[in-house]
Amino acid sequence: MGRALAVIIWALTLLSVLLFVSGKWWFPAAISEHAPALDRQFMITIVVVGISFTAAQIGLGWMVWKYRDTGKPGDRSVYSHGSNRLEMLWTVITAVIFIALAVMGQSVWASLRLHDAPAGSYTVEAVAQQFQWNFHYAGADNKFGRTDPTLIDDGTLNFIGLDPADAAGRDDSVTAALAIPVNRPVELRLRSKDVIHNFWVPQLRFKQDLVPGMEIKVHFTANRVGKYELACAELCGQLHFKMKSYMLVLPEDELAALQVLPQEQFQARMAELLNKYPLPTN
Amino acid sequence: MSETHEGAHRHPAPTGFIRKYIFSVDHKVIGIQYIMLALAAVLVGMIMSLLMRMNLSWPGTSWPILETLFPTGAPGGVMTPEFYLSLVTMHGTIMVFFVLTTAPQGGFGNYFLPIQIGAEDMAFPTLNMLSFWVTLVGFIVILLAIFVEGNQGLGEMFAALGPSFRGGSGTVGPIGGWTGYAPLSALGRIAGPGQGAGMNLWVISIAIFCIGSLLGALNFITTLLNMRTKGMSLMRMPLTCWAWFTTAVLALLSFPVLLGGGILLLLDRVAGTSFFIPGGLYVSGILSGSNPNFPLHTGGSPILWQHLFWFFGHPEVYIAILPGMGATSHILATFARKPVFGYRAMVFAIFAIGLLGFFVWGHHMFISGMSPYSAIAFSILTLSIGVPSAVKTFNWLGTLWGSRIRFTTAMLFALGFVSLFVAGGITGLILGQSSLDLAMHDTYIVTAHFHLVMGVASIFGMFAALYFWFPKMFGRLLNDTIGRIHFWITFIGVYAIFVPMHIMGIVGMPRRFASFGEYEFLKELHPLVMLVSVAAVITIGAQLLFYVNVFWSIFKGKKADDNPWEATTLEWNTTSPPPHDNFAGVLPTVYHGPYEFAVPGAPKDFVMQTDIEAEVPGGNGHNGHKH
Amino acid sequence: MVTSTRPIIKKGAGPGPGVPGPNGNGSKGDGGEYRDPKSHANRYRIGMWVGLASVTMMFTSLSSAYIVRSVSASDWTSLPMPRVLIASTLLILASSVTLEVARRQLKAAATTAYARWLMITVVLGVGFLVSQLFAWRQLSAQGIYLSSNPHSSFFYLLTGAHAVHLAGGLFGVTFLWLRSRLVLSEATQMHKRKASADAVSIYWHFMDALWIYLFLLLFLWR
Repeated sequence: MGRALAVIIWALTLLSVLLFVSGKWWFPAAISEHAPALDRQFMITIVVVGISFTAAQIGLGWMVWKYRDTGKPGDRSVYSHGSNRLEMLWTVITAVIFIALAVMGQSVWASLRLHDAPAGSYTVEAVAQQFQWNFHYAGADNKFGRTDPTLIDDGTLNFIGLDPADAAGRDDSVTAALAIPVNRPVELRLRSKDVIHNFWVPQLRFKQDLVPGMEIKVHFTANRVGKYELACAELCGQLHFKMKSYMLVLPEDELAALQVLPQEQFQARMAELLNKYPLPTN
Repeated sequence: MSETHEGAHRHPAPTGFIRKYIFSVDHKVIGIQYIMLALAAVLVGMIMSLLMRMNLSWPGTSWPILETLFPTGAPGGVMTPEFYLSLVTMHGTIMVFFVLTTAPQGGFGNYFLPIQIGAEDMAFPTLNMLSFWVTLVGFIVILLAIFVEGNQGLGEMFAALGPSFRGGSGTVGPIGGWTGYAPLSALGRIAGPGQGAGMNLWVISIAIFCIGSLLGALNFITTLLNMRTKGMSLMRMPLTCWAWFTTAVLALLSFPVLLGGGILLLLDRVAGTSFFIPGGLYVSGILSGSNPNFPLHTGGSPILWQHLFWFFGHPEVYIAILPGMGATSHILATFARKPVFGYRAMVFAIFAIGLLGFFVWGHHMFISGMSPYSAIAFSILTLSIGVPSAVKTFNWLGTLWGSRIRFTTAMLFALGFVSLFVAGGITGLILGQSSLDLAMHDTYIVTAHFHLVMGVASIFGMFAALYFWFPKMFGRLLNDTIGRIHFWITFIGVYAIFVPMHIMGIVGMPRRFASFGEYEFLKELHPLVMLVSVAAVITIGAQLLFYVNVFWSIFKGKKADDNPWEATTLEWNTTSPPPHDNFAGVLPTVYHGPYEFAVPGAPKDFVMQTDIEAEVPGGNGHNGHKH
Repeated sequence: MVTSTRPIIKKGAGPGPGVPGPNGNGSKGDGGEYRDPKSHANRYRIGMWVGLASVTMMFTSLSSAYIVRSVSASDWTSLPMPRVLIASTLLILASSVTLEVARRQLKAAATTAYARWLMITVVLGVGFLVSQLFAWRQLSAQGIYLSSNPHSSFFYLLTGAHAVHLAGGLFGVTFLWLRSRLVLSEATQMHKRKASADAVSIYWHFMDALWIYLFLLLFLWR
């Protein structure tokens, strides 16, 4: 029984490790400036995790392989209540490794979250609602028009409550897809009209909740042109799984040309661009 | 060696069926009641996970039985997304509260803590009975929550309670996940299917559950502090008792916070307050305050709910797993025929886990919009909690080292616990880092992590406990052959279910999606999704063996001796099952630590805690022979 | 090093084998009567303190919600303090004093006086609840309801939650009062009575202090 258990434990360990190292399924290729550092931290962590997992399982398998009751009288276990030295040793070693990992992991976080977006960032407002994304672009004047929840009217497609009386808002556009420039910091101002949603683009390695009643500012820099799927990653109700959109990362000039278009043309051009760029293959 | 004492004769044994088995104040009966409740709840929860896997792997397939049971949730037998989401919600709630919190603590803790410390009952037997019945009411209410919205008759009954109790939104059960994030959970029917009467009942059920758990926790702590028998010093207690005690402290301090949050949430739903609902919301085409269906709300904080919930929610994880750790330590030592390695370190580790468990709740909220600075503190504290967890693992391996293992079914499950605890716990190193959480949050790697460590590992602890203590509880042994088959299928099965889920999370598959067909980048995961579902069907099917084994063995199992495992602690000093007052009027006196196996020079390879004659190499010289 | 035979009972972990440890049964290790009725009755006191820890956690969670909500919100309108709350406060303070007197009488074995002071406490406690009800009615007469604004929501919630807890205490004091007529002969029962009186009065004083805290939080903090 012990040997069988040992073999099963080792086999499960081997298969688990193989699944991870096979490379058949892994992160989609990264497209943001912070992603390589995040991926590196992930690799370091998963190597530590993998080694600890494997070592513990091999050790456990070894114990059950080796030690079993023979039923012979007098054949007894080693009588030991432990060893303080060993306890100290493994407490200190694991503490050092774990806390070092935690501290190392903070650099990506700090670069993204502890600073405001750099000057010159491209700014888009994102307003989520059940089960739709609305992205608000500042238009030719680069100024966002005033919005007010009391002006929201989904029936007339004023999804974000733009104030028609505000001159700054007249050239603004609102679309369901997100377009951002490549290689330039992007600031997203995230709001929600109803419940909590989450902005999630796997290739960006980036997530943030959109919380009603708050405007949350986040920033990142995308560095590869293309079209990427954008999902809601916080349970928001019945059609949560359908709350999907796309993020377009465009060359600066293409985006600039898009941004100055008035609303209808903006929509049309966005549709063209969404057709133009294919989804990444991995 | 022992005297008879007044304390041991407090309650005469009841004779009527109702006082003996239904409204019993005997902690043993109450413990079995809790275990039966958990067995019923886990069956419901498992069937739900089966339905979820079916929907994910074979979407759009018609299952006629579903239409019969849930005409609105699965019209034509095809699951609707809202039906799927209410399954997610109910599966999580039932498993976390009514299985993982009841069986380990209310079940085994109730039955064995008093016996293991040499007491005749809990400190407050009536309170103990109350805590079970309150919990049972909570379970009935949560079952009602599943049906209230889909069932017209039931819906009308509850509609009389007020407008927010009106159901009929054409779904089954509430939608909110087991975390019930506000404002989705707070807005009411306007926020879509699954937000009506069922959600009210969900909140009420959890509030009721909190009260039941608090009564239980109070009893556990008082019993342990006040009722230990002569010689049962703290450091002679079995590790199970330490685990139950710490669990009770966690429950005592965390459930009130959830109760407070639940009251606020319920008031937001039924009384129009704005604790969690901010101003200016525009939901389903209606602006807050512009329509009687959606009263005016201002200024509430959705993140406040998350803080209150997770302040409870994280300790809850340890409430689920600590008793499993205790049982595993206990059973490993017994069947390894070797003292627990580093008993003291184990006690400190339990305490450290319990204490740190109160300071890491923020790791559920890295990307919630809370302060990014606090995320750093939470991240470092979270990884520190891995240290005592690792210490426990090392000590389990240390216990096995140089041992003589007896591979009983209970031992197999205890060894399985160690393996699964490592497999599930170790990925906490990934999820606890705020920066990695940017990619990992709310993907399947989270699902995989917590299912392995708090779900499956805890359940393995409970399986081990049941196979181990069953003879004591019922006087009969569980069938060993069925037990082994049950172990092998379950052990391999849970690896096959949950390891691939990690990979899905790395690719980026989000949790709580009723369907993945919308996303191109998830298409490549189809083979893994199928693998997981097939493994789930087999593993869940194997649990039927377990149910058959339990109910068959209660009546027909092989008769058990008083001490079939040659174990050392006090429960093995009494008959199987124990008499009404546990020790037949003579409370035992304790002379040794709990895990004296393989003592050199002792006549047998185990020294029971009550063995006065045995000589054990002692710190105070060899003064074992006093009498 | 692992194989070394170590003492199974280490320093500070109780005496060596063969000698029952001092800690069992909550006794003080004086080798006295085992399952000592006096220390066994202690479970009422222990249970009460443990229970109060959980009450404290619940009110801590509600207060932290109050503080977060009051600091962050722009929609906060301060309530006018209902004057009758002063009366409530005096009533509950007085009730604590009378309950304490009752407990002293019990210690002095003055059973009749004990019962009388318990009865006075019950009356004062009921008076407190009635007074709280008046405060609610005063506010609702002014058109201030549970959902009117965050301050009123918290006012009704916190006073309501406190009243429910106090009603529990009232039940306890009434129970002591009803039981006080029984003539006890055994020392065991006397220990039990003293312990229950202690437990109830710990709870009552706690509710008293909790009210003062809530009162200050509601009308002084913001």
